[in-house]
Amino acid sequence: MTIQSSPRHSIRFHGRSYHAMVLAPEAPLADWLAELDSWLSRSPGFFLGRPVVLDVSILAPGKTGLVDLLEKLTERNIKVMGIEGAEPSWLEFAMPPLLLSGRQENGIQAGGGPTASPAAGEETPAAAPSGEASEDAKAAADAVAAVASPPVEPAPALQPQRPNSLLLDSPVRSGQCIVHSEGDVIVVGSVASGAEVIAGGSIHIYGTLRGRAIAGSRDPRARIFCRKLEAELLSIDGLYMVAEDMPVELRGRPIQVWLDGDSLVMAQD
Amino acid sequence: MGDCKMAKVLVVTSGKGGVGKTTSTAALGAALASAGKNVVLIDFDVGLRNLDLVMGAERRVVYDLINVVQGDAKLSQALIRDKRVPTLSLLPASQTRDKDALTDEGVTTIISELREKFDWVICDSPAGIERGATLAMRHADIAIVVTNPEVSSVRDSDRIIGLLDSKTARAEKGERVDKHLLLTRFDAARAGRGEMLNINDVMEILSIPLLGIIPESSEVLRASNLGSPVTLNNPASAPARAYFEAAKRLNGEALEVTIPGDKKGLLGKLFGRRAA
Repeated sequence: MTIQSSPRHSIRFHGRSYHAMVLAPEAPLADWLAELDSWLSRSPGFFLGRPVVLDVSILAPGKTGLVDLLEKLTERNIKVMGIEGAEPSWLEFAMPPLLLSGRQENGIQAGGGPTASPAAGEETPAAAPSGEASEDAKAAADAVAAVASPPVEPAPALQPQRPNSLLLDSPVRSGQCIVHSEGDVIVVGSVASGAEVIAGGSIHIYGTLRGRAIAGSRDPRARIFCRKLEAELLSIDGLYMVAEDMPVELRGRPIQVWLDGDSLVMAQD
Repeated sequence: MGDCKMAKVLVVTSGKGGVGKTTSTAALGAALASAGKNVVLIDFDVGLRNLDLVMGAERRVVYDLINVVQGDAKLSQALIRDKRVPTLSLLPASQTRDKDALTDEGVTTIISELREKFDWVICDSPAGIERGATLAMRHADIAIVVTNPEVSSVRDSDRIIGLLDSKTARAEKGERVDKHLLLTRFDAARAGRGEMLNINDVMEILSIPLLGIIPESSEVLRASNLGSPVTLNNPASAPARAYFEAAKRLNGEALEVTIPGDKKGLLGKLFGRRAA
């Protein structure tokens, strides 16, 4: 018998990143679960269909404790897609995988003041963590574990980020590609034909723009400014315009470009 | 030791081919050597060597750059001393070997040896932005970017300037390579008619200081075919004078850059009108 080789040439792999909610249980676990239950009683469908990551670095439950914890979460219809902060020896094959490369974001923190942290319970936790570890962990836990605490007030808006712009005081040469996805890019000089500037925010060019400017990969309100327009391509938040589509009368002029609904608008400065 | 500190490594580069790198290397090298400096020219164009022809040394090549890199010959055996200017030497490229035979370590060793013996080490870069070109610029203190007044040459030069700012040993140490623009094959009459980019356009796009403007001239081709740098073959010709001035600027003299052909352009116009 022969095995026919598959007609497919290769398997394609993709990388993807998702926003996941992180649950970080604290000791004593019984209290934490009680709070979780009271949270769930008010918003029963909160965790349905949401990717949830379990961070056990504070609780340090050990292998049996982790099995137990996962069971308790399953009982509450919370499906865990990955585990953080666990020792590899705690994990079994059937458990969600260990995640290592996560970064903390506080975007969904819901009013986790000191009053919201669990009151000191007298009951013994399901898995016994060391006492001092839980003491230390408590302060840090507020930042991470607040999802499970009841919302005292509506979630605050995102903290204003500190200025994170990239200033280049030399021309951007042909073939160079400047990528700054965190904020604005300011070029004190020209951007050459065949060069590319990509910014999460706005792009400011104090010279001639002859290459490509791709702004607003994270902000549709971003704009592009240049002292002299000779650009090959302009783009904001994925909408783009090539040289051919740019108004002839604006060539060589100082301009700004912004997004108005679904179209790029260009005007002389 | 004092000399060793004084030595300057200069790369003549452009990105685009056929703009006059080799001609300029030969002409500037001869001009600097005529002024009493010890000059060595290195041809980095392995596989397509030309500098030996332009220098008229093609029948005297025994060993080449690759032989020295691979340890088959000593540097002193491979250097060819010019018969016209005794302070001018040439290290030819190999015509037969593959350019992969050129190693980073080998080039580093050769350049540091030459730095001790010469005032000027001038590297003639091959066209392109591949290995040969990046190795030629690797150890440069100064770069001459040879550009023709036309868009593709200007864009390629811009690309090369970007590489000079990122791929050289100086750039990696956080220092800068001094970059100078040498505008070659310039024809004032044609630039005036808008058939060529004018000097200001090129200067504005590349934004590096101007070392010189070499006028388009049949003298350049004639000298190349005779195997002689134009600065030796016909020192009084317009391109030779422009190269001599550029060499003086390299030596630190503050000379105003003249636009050659202004007079000629005017004469040309007069003649043109008469003919019409």
